[in-house]
Amino acid sequence: MADPMAPNGYVSGSNLERVLKSGNFAVTAELGPPQSADAEVIRKKAALLRGFCDAVNITDNQTAIVRMSSIGAGALLVREGLEPVIQMTCRDRNRLAIQSDLLGAYALGMRNVLCLTGDHQTFGNHPQAKNVFDIDSIQLVQIVKNLRDQHIFQCGDPLKGLEPRFFIGAAESPFAHPIEFRPYRLGKKIKAGANFIQTQLVFDIPAFEAFMEKVRALGLHQQAYLLAGVGPLKSPAMAKYMKENVPGILIPQELIDRLEEAGRPWAGKSRDELTKEEKKARSEAWKQTGIEICIELIQKILKIEGVAGVHIMAIEWEEAVEPIVKGAGLYPRPVIEPLPV
Amino acid sequence: MSSVNVDYQIVAFCCQYCAYAAADLAGGLRLQYPPNVKIVQIPCTGKMDVLYALQAFESGADAVMVAGCMPGDCHFLEGNFNAVRRVERVKDLLRQIGLEAERIRMFHISSSMASQFVAATEEMLRTVEAIGPNPLRVSGKAHPQETCGLPSG
Amino acid sequence: MIIAEQKPFEEIKNLIEPAQRVLVVGCGTCVTVCFAGGAREAAILAASLRMASKLNGDPKEVTDVTVQRQCEWEYLDTIAEQINEADIVLSIGCGIGVQAIAERYPKTWVVPGLNTAFLGLPAEQGVWVERCAACGDCILGLTAGICPIARCSKSLLNGPCGGSQDGHCEVNEEIPCAWQLIYDRLQSLGKLEMLYEIRPPKNWRTSRDGGPRKIVRPDLRLSEEE
Repeated sequence: MADPMAPNGYVSGSNLERVLKSGNFAVTAELGPPQSADAEVIRKKAALLRGFCDAVNITDNQTAIVRMSSIGAGALLVREGLEPVIQMTCRDRNRLAIQSDLLGAYALGMRNVLCLTGDHQTFGNHPQAKNVFDIDSIQLVQIVKNLRDQHIFQCGDPLKGLEPRFFIGAAESPFAHPIEFRPYRLGKKIKAGANFIQTQLVFDIPAFEAFMEKVRALGLHQQAYLLAGVGPLKSPAMAKYMKENVPGILIPQELIDRLEEAGRPWAGKSRDELTKEEKKARSEAWKQTGIEICIELIQKILKIEGVAGVHIMAIEWEEAVEPIVKGAGLYPRPVIEPLPV
Repeated sequence: MSSVNVDYQIVAFCCQYCAYAAADLAGGLRLQYPPNVKIVQIPCTGKMDVLYALQAFESGADAVMVAGCMPGDCHFLEGNFNAVRRVERVKDLLRQIGLEAERIRMFHISSSMASQFVAATEEMLRTVEAIGPNPLRVSGKAHPQETCGLPSG
Repeated sequence: MIIAEQKPFEEIKNLIEPAQRVLVVGCGTCVTVCFAGGAREAAILAASLRMASKLNGDPKEVTDVTVQRQCEWEYLDTIAEQINEADIVLSIGCGIGVQAIAERYPKTWVVPGLNTAFLGLPAEQGVWVERCAACGDCILGLTAGICPIARCSKSLLNGPCGGSQDGHCEVNEEIPCAWQLIYDRLQSLGKLEMLYEIRPPKNWRTSRDGGPRKIVRPDLRLSEEE
């Protein structure tokens, strides 16, 4: 890595960085904060993830729905002994607020940040809001890097004291359009200073292999750690919805067919005809298949050169992370002791 | 048509190539149409302006007919289609103003369709009889009112 | 040009409710071309308001006049008499016109009949689209003549984001992805390498973020003595 490093060889020394640098295949998971001020929700979700991942992404008002702040939830997670990856979007904060929040996050013990542009507010529960988008994700990466390595704010003024030393992440959607440009945009993020990349959900392995081939041709896999996004599908309906409505998500028909097959014992009956127990059993069958598919995807991803880990997005289904990580043979997680400074 | 209330005023904007000629033919064939209908000859219903209709209503007209060529037969290719859209806009305006949208209607009548022209006028009169006189009329009769002219543009 | 659209009729009725004599003032420039506030629309609106108020049992005296440009004092001065006779002026110019009347006629109550929407062009008959955000620091030279500030939903300078799909924006299928357009045009012009550069954060001081803006051209100003 080209980044100026602390004397101990790490840019941030975060657990995620240590695991990645050690050459271990990393696992990150995702935690969606509640639409409330209830710290207990974070603690419960943390308990489900503890020991099964190297760091936990905390979403920043995902899909533009107001939730407990990523930094607030991150502070709770630090107290619980888990390592957060703070997601930071450009939708709701300008460059002043972003830098200020990051200083606070670092002071509270957070060491990883994922720089995102953010979903547009029209998707969320405050579509009347004025958005910010003062900067974009690539510029945000640059700002976080300059805070860490140049000890300067975006305006050029120097920090007066300790700099926040974040392990800087960025996202990439390999199958969004224009698809030919995606590896180059990834390159821009890395050039801007991203240390690790988490991708949009991958279900189509051949398409992802083609993407990785270009990534390798550009040498990007040697300049940043790339974590492939994976997630368990909950039902055929969810899979179809994502395939049709979420930009950049490719789901092969074969996977949808497998989920349909899992629900076959209950097929031919409408939702109203099924008893509560039958619905539950069908849902369990789908979920089981979703987890199996996810494990198989990880096993295939493990074989792709240049992939340094997986990011498991089990949306509001944190319980799925344990069986996935165990099933994929990624448990127990390595413990890489921090080096003395 | 003994029950016809002759006080009702219907202004019919008729394209000279079709409906106006149909009205003429009706006269020639001694077909009677309600005397309430006042025909205004226009070169094409594409010339029909939203403001013409509004001025007619503001002056007390109970209904406005716009009668143009059969679809596809417009002498100016699609003047009649433009008229259809303008009639729709007038309907919207009438609803906003507080008048019934049914007071204006578009008809397609070719020059040979004299009886259809008569039927259209009778239908329009029945509509007006059903919804009653234009409440903007001061007395029972329509009256000309000073309105601003059309802009030259 | 400035694109506007008429406010809902009910809102306009409420805005002029207290007045007896209403002057509808049209504008002969941008809003005429986008069929929102020209002479024809002024006449239609005035007639509609006369009829509606009459039906409401409170007949108002609504007249209309249209000037070439509401945003210039000289044109506004030509209708001083009509403005002064009115209880209320209903401007169907853009927001600039409404404010110009307010500024030129300090004692006149002026209300807007239009919602000023954006700076754009007619893409086809009856369809107008946004093209410029008046950010004050044009970057079209970097983006193949397609403005991401005005046309990308997130005003990205390093787009496209992950929401670009099949040429349209994630916000709405009706919105073409500005960055896909930029990409396609740069590609066809053989300048795709321009996209590999990272564009730094924009200086928004030239935009509204620096406060209300003003341009002074000393070479064009009249001398004090005149």
